[in-house]
Amino acid sequence: MKWNGIDYRLRIEARLDNPGWVGVVSSIFGILFALIVGGFVLKAAGASNPIATYREIFKEGFGTFADWQAGLHAVVTNTSCPKGMLCFGPLSDTLVKASPVLLTALACIIAFRMKLWNIGADGQMFLGAWAATGVAVFILPDTTNRVVMLTVMALAGISAGLIYGIIPGFLKARLNINEIITTLMLNYVAYKWIEYFVVVGPWSIGDFESTGHFPAAATWPRLTEYAKQYPITAGLTIHPGIFLGIVAAILLAWILFRSRWGYEIRVIGDNPRAARYAGINLKRNIILVMGLSGALAGLAGMNEVAALRELNGRFQRGYGFTGVIVAWLARLNPLAAILVSVLFGGLLVGTKLIQPQGIASMLQGVILFIVIGTELLFHYRIELDKVELASVVVENKSLNDNELEEEISRDQ
Amino acid sequence: MTSSDLTVLAITIVFGALVSGTPLLFATIGEIFSERSGVMNLGIEGMMLVGAMSGFSVWSTAVTKWHWTNGTALLVGLLIGMALGCGLSLLHAIITITLRADQVVSGLAVTFLGTGLSSILGEHFVGVATPPPTKFTVAILGGVGAEQVAFVVFGAIFAPLAWYYMNRTRPGLNLRSVGEYPAAADSLGINVYQTRYLYVLFGGAMSGLAGASMSLITDPGWVDGKTSGLGWIAVALVIFASWDPMRGLWVSYFFGLLRRLPLDLQNPALPLISTANNPQLGRFMDMLPYLATIFILILGSREAMRKRLGAPAALGVPYIRGERGK
Repeated sequence: MKWNGIDYRLRIEARLDNPGWVGVVSSIFGILFALIVGGFVLKAAGASNPIATYREIFKEGFGTFADWQAGLHAVVTNTSCPKGMLCFGPLSDTLVKASPVLLTALACIIAFRMKLWNIGADGQMFLGAWAATGVAVFILPDTTNRVVMLTVMALAGISAGLIYGIIPGFLKARLNINEIITTLMLNYVAYKWIEYFVVVGPWSIGDFESTGHFPAAATWPRLTEYAKQYPITAGLTIHPGIFLGIVAAILLAWILFRSRWGYEIRVIGDNPRAARYAGINLKRNIILVMGLSGALAGLAGMNEVAALRELNGRFQRGYGFTGVIVAWLARLNPLAAILVSVLFGGLLVGTKLIQPQGIASMLQGVILFIVIGTELLFHYRIELDKVELASVVVENKSLNDNELEEEISRDQ
Repeated sequence: MTSSDLTVLAITIVFGALVSGTPLLFATIGEIFSERSGVMNLGIEGMMLVGAMSGFSVWSTAVTKWHWTNGTALLVGLLIGMALGCGLSLLHAIITITLRADQVVSGLAVTFLGTGLSSILGEHFVGVATPPPTKFTVAILGGVGAEQVAFVVFGAIFAPLAWYYMNRTRPGLNLRSVGEYPAAADSLGINVYQTRYLYVLFGGAMSGLAGASMSLITDPGWVDGKTSGLGWIAVALVIFASWDPMRGLWVSYFFGLLRRLPLDLQNPALPLISTANNPQLGRFMDMLPYLATIFILILGSREAMRKRLGAPAALGVPYIRGERGK
């Protein structure tokens, strides 16, 4: 193409390196593009103004700028503002929602790092919730110390998730059975399992399809409970669950990037053959990683029932699937997952009140598509070269198909 | 309970198995074709949901607003379901074949997208009146619709045809060669990319048909999450059927049986196993198809080891033209 009398030519070149900004750019691009596509779908579904819908979602999930300003001003000047800390109410709800998302995302990250497709975090989470409920309501007395109770519940949730994760891990390691299918099928089994206990079975109270409220000791302490001593905390729902998730994320990051085991996991994920030649035990690692993955998801289940303060027939499905998207958007990095989880927590809170219900799932699908679809594009570099007439032949050669392909294959 | 009651019950169960197995059959065979060409599409569940939602909404609108006859609307509904299943699979094809992204993740994205889309766009069609089945006059098939019989027959003919196409014709040979050794197929002048696109789209159309037939024929009506994991079961059946359409037929019917059983056993006259008197047993019966899928994969893995039956060699591997060793 000619511009200002100088001939320019586009040159497409394979990147030999994989700079870090590529992932960030494609994730952000994915989210933006998903919002645009989602806008058209909302329009088709009859929403009069998709932008207003998005604004509503954002407001519900994170609060308004004015509220933030008022809240921060009150904190800094140590005065009270008319709404109190409720200025941060939406953010507090979002962080509550973000904690199970973060834990299931971590469950996915550890498994995906080894290219083990654990799609069953949802089922493992359900079983974790079931076990934690069983301990809290039917085994420990109501008068148990709160710390002891919550710890035992967490251990029960972790163990249930661990066992439920090890089953597909074992089948994969011993019989080479596709873990995607087994983990998915176990999801449905777990849903029915909870339904049996809570809806029609032994745990339901009358016709309520619920275990009824947990004893106070079996629930996360929420900030609002301390409103009597510290009036400033009134109405804030935030509980320690999110910190549990953050601690787990930091631990997982340490395991993945600083420990020998994490190194083994990453080698297996990148090149199983090389791992085998290096003497890494594939089968043992498959079972261990699926176990850890299930344990994290089980902890998410315990975290959720302790926040809901009961287990009922409407226990939310789909956290495990949101975890898949968050894991992918975070580029399988546990620390990045913290940030992405908060974003998705906001999306879940914001879309809760909005009809139609499927909008969160659709946006997630589009985001995932864009993120993986643009990945290849970032493996190339597009450059604009000044071309002098004599060098056209040479330039043509650099566009030669075979050479490009060879470079790509060397790159891989 | 008299013996004639038992006969009727047996017929209900067998026919119920055939009816609820047939959508599964189409989804499974579609996926077999796609995987035989080397592309795994885990998005069946999403494509089925979109097919079910779009087929039903088109039928419902055509009958109530445009006053079409039931039969025409039904056919158009099925075709629209196929078209939209096809459209979703086109996304998968572009992402995995042209852009060479991971087939597992892309398939998951198809499912998310399909689940969300069907939920959003189908919102107004939940609980809308359903197609009235054309009743038979034959006493023994009393409660059965003519559409269901036609659909079951269509499925039973479709499977052997698919087998014949795959194993006895030239295009079928090309299809298998692309999935086993794309570089060799390419050197013989077969267009690998085009072939893969074609069969991924075919698989999508079959999933769409499977979904639309569920909401229009086998189990009329639309609810959110209508397919309840059937698409995933189809993915598992492909493995258990060793990528063979005829085996796909038998396993689909077997799973149709497992899926229908809790419904058929609701007859309160049945001793002991009636799910009407015992809802707790019903929950466990609901688990059966999912547990059986895992169980059947365990059995299948033993058989696969013994017979050395395997997946198409190039399954899940993107083809890069000119690259050595692939």
